[in-house]
Amino acid sequence: MADFEPKIVAFVCNWCTYAGADLTGTSRIKYASNVRIIRFPCTGRIDYMLLLKAFDEGADGIMISGCHPNDCHYTSGNFHARRRWIMFRSLCDFLGIDTRRIIFSWVSAAEGARWAELVNSTVASIRELGPYDEYQNIAKKPVMEVNHG
Amino acid sequence: MDDLRKKARELLEASAVKVVIGYEQGTAGKTRALFAENPDDTDKLIFDSRCNLNLAAYVTKTEVKNKGKMAITATLPVMRSIIQLASESQVSDNNLVVLGITPESKLVEFGKITEVETFVHQYQIEIETTYREKLEKLNKMTPSERWQFWIDEFTPCFKCYACRAACPMCYCGRCTVDFNQPQWIPVPSHQLGNLEWHIMRAVHLTGRCIDCDACYNACPLGIPLNLLTKKMIEDVKTNFGGYQPSLNGGHLMSTYKPDDKENFIQ
Repeated sequence: MADFEPKIVAFVCNWCTYAGADLTGTSRIKYASNVRIIRFPCTGRIDYMLLLKAFDEGADGIMISGCHPNDCHYTSGNFHARRRWIMFRSLCDFLGIDTRRIIFSWVSAAEGARWAELVNSTVASIRELGPYDEYQNIAKKPVMEVNHG
Repeated sequence: MDDLRKKARELLEASAVKVVIGYEQGTAGKTRALFAENPDDTDKLIFDSRCNLNLAAYVTKTEVKNKGKMAITATLPVMRSIIQLASESQVSDNNLVVLGITPESKLVEFGKITEVETFVHQYQIEIETTYREKLEKLNKMTPSERWQFWIDEFTPCFKCYACRAACPMCYCGRCTVDFNQPQWIPVPSHQLGNLEWHIMRAVHLTGRCIDCDACYNACPLGIPLNLLTKKMIEDVKTNFGGYQPSLNGGHLMSTYKPDDKENFIQ
């Protein structure tokens, strides 16, 4: 699996982690380019169905990140999100979905260097786990045969 | 259950309610829902151990609601469902009379839904030992074994949505699974579609499910989908303390505590 490049989707909140990732860039810190960042208004908006969609579409790992507790731009979005994550993660675990591939974190707008470290460590751990075949095998899209007769 | 028949007849004769929802003898030795609209219909009312349908599923249905004020034969799980529905503003004293049946099969009359709440709170929601053992067995498996277990269990599912129809908490006019813009859940009942449907169902019932097993009893293929909701009930207990449907407790998944504990956020 030497040439395996993990695909990682990062769901981040606009106010903290997105700004933090921006700081990583403006600080000229190099980090793994395997991550596709999707910006959300708040972690409270990150619907669990979107995480499933990421796996459907071939993600090998998912990162979810937002403001530290008590720092939410909307006061309580991350608290609501945290409660849902606790239950969603345990449901995933119960169903046998590999929870090592879902990385939750708090990264503030000032933690540009931490974002780079987090992405690098995530990429390294997913690289070790290999492609998420279990999920992708069931997510294979059926081939449509179109008869133009 | 002469008390129940008598009470139902009284209510209809006095026009206090327009319809009494209860159980009647069905086919193949099973019971089914009865909607008694005139006093003589109440003779058909029965109650015994076969009555495991959660009748609270009917009180949110437009066809039933449109009849007018309802009375419902309510076992303990049905009463719990009604409390949950009342807390979600789906039923109120204005449109519902509860004819409670205690676990000892005695009729108990309630004036208001708050009285039902007081009654229900005497009994905690407890997962039965057999189910607890099943959960324990699954918890001990490796993630890959659990994955295979669920893929195998979900494979026969053909998405008839009987689980949704039987569930009193699944009353949304438009369910997420029916959306096609965006298409949240694939329509075909292939492995992915089935998995996502069951995940969605379990998440939406987290903190709301009252453990009546109506979904499992309704499933024509006997898929143990109630294990998912039971697991959620257990985990809610571990993470956020006990759970009881209540009229003014706030909803578990739409509230939070600043000190909710987890050990996985980096």
